[in-house]
Amino acid sequence: MTAQGAGVVLDVTGLTKQFGGLTAVDAVDFRVQERQICSLIGPNGAGKTTFFNMVAGQYEPTSGDVIFDGRSLRGLRPHQITARGIGRTFQNIRLFTNETLLENVLVGMHSRLRSSPVAALLRLPSQRREEAEAHARAMDLLKLVRLDRFADESAGNLPYGMQRRLEMARALASQPKLLLLDEPTAGMNPQETLAMTTLIRKVRDDFGVAVLLIEHDMQVVMDLSERVTVLNYGQKIAEGTPREVQRNDQVIEAYLGRRHKRPEDEVAGAHA
Amino acid sequence: MAGFEFLLQQLVTGIANGMLITLIAIGYTLVYGIIEMINFAHGDVFMLGAFSALTFLQLVGAQAVRRVRNVDQAPSPETYLWLVLAMILAMVFCAALNVMIERFAYRRLRRGGRMAPLISAIGVSFMLQNVGLYWKGASPVNFPRFIPQIDLVKEIGIDSFVRFTTKDLFVIVVTVPLVIALTVFIQRTKLGKAMRATAQDRDAAQLMGIDINRTIALTFLLGGALAGAAGLVSGLYNNTANFQMGFSYGLNSFTAAVLGGIGNLNGAMLGGVFIGVLAALSDGYIDPRWTPVVIFGTLNLVLILRPTGILGQESAERA
Repeated sequence: MTAQGAGVVLDVTGLTKQFGGLTAVDAVDFRVQERQICSLIGPNGAGKTTFFNMVAGQYEPTSGDVIFDGRSLRGLRPHQITARGIGRTFQNIRLFTNETLLENVLVGMHSRLRSSPVAALLRLPSQRREEAEAHARAMDLLKLVRLDRFADESAGNLPYGMQRRLEMARALASQPKLLLLDEPTAGMNPQETLAMTTLIRKVRDDFGVAVLLIEHDMQVVMDLSERVTVLNYGQKIAEGTPREVQRNDQVIEAYLGRRHKRPEDEVAGAHA
Repeated sequence: MAGFEFLLQQLVTGIANGMLITLIAIGYTLVYGIIEMINFAHGDVFMLGAFSALTFLQLVGAQAVRRVRNVDQAPSPETYLWLVLAMILAMVFCAALNVMIERFAYRRLRRGGRMAPLISAIGVSFMLQNVGLYWKGASPVNFPRFIPQIDLVKEIGIDSFVRFTTKDLFVIVVTVPLVIALTVFIQRTKLGKAMRATAQDRDAAQLMGIDINRTIALTFLLGGALAGAAGLVSGLYNNTANFQMGFSYGLNSFTAAVLGGIGNLNGAMLGGVFIGVLAALSDGYIDPRWTPVVIFGTLNLVLILRPTGILGQESAERA
């Protein structure tokens, strides 16, 4: 569990997104503490990814505010938000498949490197030092996700599970304070899922980042998260510890329908 | 052996011209690679590069021009200085022009589907041609003979019909380092990485902290700078310039980019030299009037056999 009294990293208030007449996310309040692992769950189409896209700056909220690290993110473009310290992965993996694993991670460092093109072309000492450091750090990240052996492979050649881990390393390269993971275990077998769960926890412990994940695998959600927030039709219908959420009637109803009110554990099996 | 020597001669001409085409083709391919748009105005940027360099040389280099009136004579050292300055000017001018074109004519349309920026580019092309027409008039203008035409083959004591002149050498000496510098920039620098990432997946790139508007502007800047250099080199090589040269060179360069695999930098280089040599061979062995037929016939054939071009990968740039 998180340390008591830890600061708030992400404070979302009244966040709303309308697409024409459809309200995809409806006045959601949401908080993530430092070093906390939070999950966002809900049936398909509940607005989870839309919520992510607003936090990361890809969608402009219709109303509401996102305060990150004490400052509002409104009006910032995605690359500026990345520079502030939010990293993310995607539901459908979006690596730079033509580049090597190492290059992918180095691109992730973009906002943290400063050398000018002139310095790069002239290969000035400052530039060479920065490059060497970046290279070493990228290799460390690849080691963390156990992909260092394949550093010079093309990312497109990796099997699916490894691509997910690489995306994680790439997101960490921007030195985020908050990591948004969109279905990190989607399409994985139980073994890969377990490895990913362990990795997420390790990343939180080693890097001190807060993690917010969208996840459909209830085993992962219950296993990993300290807090769970449930969205349904764009609205927040429940929030609390995994245990509290599992017992929540509204949540059970959202997942199972009205007539199937059952005891707590059924939530886990229901969505598999 | 005259037949063989003739072949060699056509190859020399073809490679020199092909390098010029390459410089322009890179501008097409970089822009296509990053925003999947064919920048039809690119050839005209090249034309204005030639014009700006010419104007500069006419203004400041009048004495230098007189000094090298004898084309078999090596030019004075100051001439080289003027040439370097003219080249920098043409590159800066075209880079700035290209960035402005992107900013005002394309950026807003980026989300408007494929057609809108394409039409806008054709419009810009007309505008630039008319600027050229107004600037230097309708008839071809002479470009001063700054570069002597000394046959290096004779100089080193080989008696042959093949001529490899200082002019051919000049084209290669200018273009090859530029192409190498660009390749190093794209492969090795942080901004080059940002360009590659943006080309592959724009959304993912911005979430890696890359400012895609700046990266796209940078792409136009690089393409424009190379077009500017090509403008000067073309002027000095062909000793003529006209307001429509952007169209013919642009068409050949665009063909080269497509032939090599549009979006692919190596493809543009390969395609450029290939088109240059093909055109020279067709000029020499068939008839210059048939050269466009040969070029576009070859393009068709390549695209039928390999729709992505010689080095193009299947949907390599798609997200």
